[in-house]
Amino acid sequence: MSWFTQALTSSIGKKVIMSLTGLFLISFLVIHATINAMIFYNDGGETFTHWGHFMGTNPIIRTLEIGLVLGFLIHIADGLWLTKNNNDARPVKYAVTNPSANSSWYSRSMGLLGTLILIFLVIHTSHFWIPNRSNQFATGEELNLYQMMLDIFQNIWVVIIYVLGCFSLFWHLLHGFESAFKSLGLYHLKYNGAIHVAGVAFSIVVPTLFALMPISIYLGWVY
Amino acid sequence: MSAGNMRLTLKVWRQSNTDTQGGFESYNLDGVSPDMSFLEMFDILNEQLIEENKEPVAFDHDCREGICGSCSMFINGRPHGPLKGVTTCQLHMRSFQDGDTITVEPWRAGAFPVIKDLVVDRDGFDRIISAGGFVSVNTGNAQDANSLPIPKENADDAFSAAACIACGACVAACKNASAMLFVSAKISQLALLPQGQAERNIRAEKMVAQMDAEGFGNCTNTHACSAECPKEISFENIARMNREYIGAKSSSKGV
Repeated sequence: MSWFTQALTSSIGKKVIMSLTGLFLISFLVIHATINAMIFYNDGGETFTHWGHFMGTNPIIRTLEIGLVLGFLIHIADGLWLTKNNNDARPVKYAVTNPSANSSWYSRSMGLLGTLILIFLVIHTSHFWIPNRSNQFATGEELNLYQMMLDIFQNIWVVIIYVLGCFSLFWHLLHGFESAFKSLGLYHLKYNGAIHVAGVAFSIVVPTLFALMPISIYLGWVY
Repeated sequence: MSAGNMRLTLKVWRQSNTDTQGGFESYNLDGVSPDMSFLEMFDILNEQLIEENKEPVAFDHDCREGICGSCSMFINGRPHGPLKGVTTCQLHMRSFQDGDTITVEPWRAGAFPVIKDLVVDRDGFDRIISAGGFVSVNTGNAQDANSLPIPKENADDAFSAAACIACGACVAACKNASAMLFVSAKISQLALLPQGQAERNIRAEKMVAQMDAEGFGNCTNTHACSAECPKEISFENIARMNREYIGAKSSSKGV
């Protein structure tokens, strides 16, 4: 095994991969939330469609999109691999545990929260991204994503699933954001406070912004 | 040891050897003094079992002063019981109530197989130390004071890391049975001092490789380890180990 493979497949290497892909996905969330928040201009989707068109057709963005898909796949695969390793490391479980005495429930539930987000991701991409890209591939034309949002978010169950997806994302980020820095060895009194504040703020702001989109459309605030 | 008046029900894990299935046995114990240590309470239980011609409970203990790292009981869902910064031998029965039911299990980890009852095999820790947790240069006699300048902060951090008694509570507490707090403390105590510099890279690489080979889990930064550590080893050591390992892998001569 080369030193590089050895490093990446070691326990610390797997954590570093989890951390780097996680931070990359966090950077994607910033872009995704910013562009989708254009619907709050409430201008019949004009600004949103303008930027959506840019994201869907710009060759640089489309190339980066391949990286994004890879980022998701690696984060998911590495997460499943780590979860399996970690389960195997304790073949006989404790009869009595009191984990809340030493750690937060969401820090111990990253696999579960990640799985919930994955289920949401399948539903979410089959609503928008997959039909749009398939149509672009087949006809070269983009779908009217704004109109699709207005239609899809008329269903209360869809809105509930999206809000639950945002909740899972909130808890996942609340631990994941800070954890990513620790896995890279970035843990120091000088900046721990700043990372913590940034992590909590990010975990609240981004999922709230996302959750407001289906809610606003369902309640008719955005039309 | 004064006789007391606490009555307890103990649910203790019994397992005759590594290869057999274990299970819980319940024991009623009377006359427990609140001033007894948890291990002294187990001594009373064992005397009672011996009088009844039953097999006493096997458990690890040595100094009973909280510094050897031998005792290893998982008490009511927590390593070394309910108190912070305390080993099982320094836990006293006044931390429990009369009439309590106390569940006692061994450390649970694939890398820590049960030898008998509450005794687990922690040789994996020794093998990790043998892989690189030492300095092989002869450091000679004690140096004159200040002949080897060490920043105060480094000396303090190295000393705090060296307080690790290798009891394995970090592994027991971690939901992933990860040994990273232990390994990181042992890497840190040398990486922070001048004597540890010569083998700094190879140490991080070899100790992490051995930790993985032993089958310990991976860290998910829950901080359960340092919260339960009887020596309150700082979580900062794990971040330092990550830096040491990443630095070593990307700069060492070894391929």
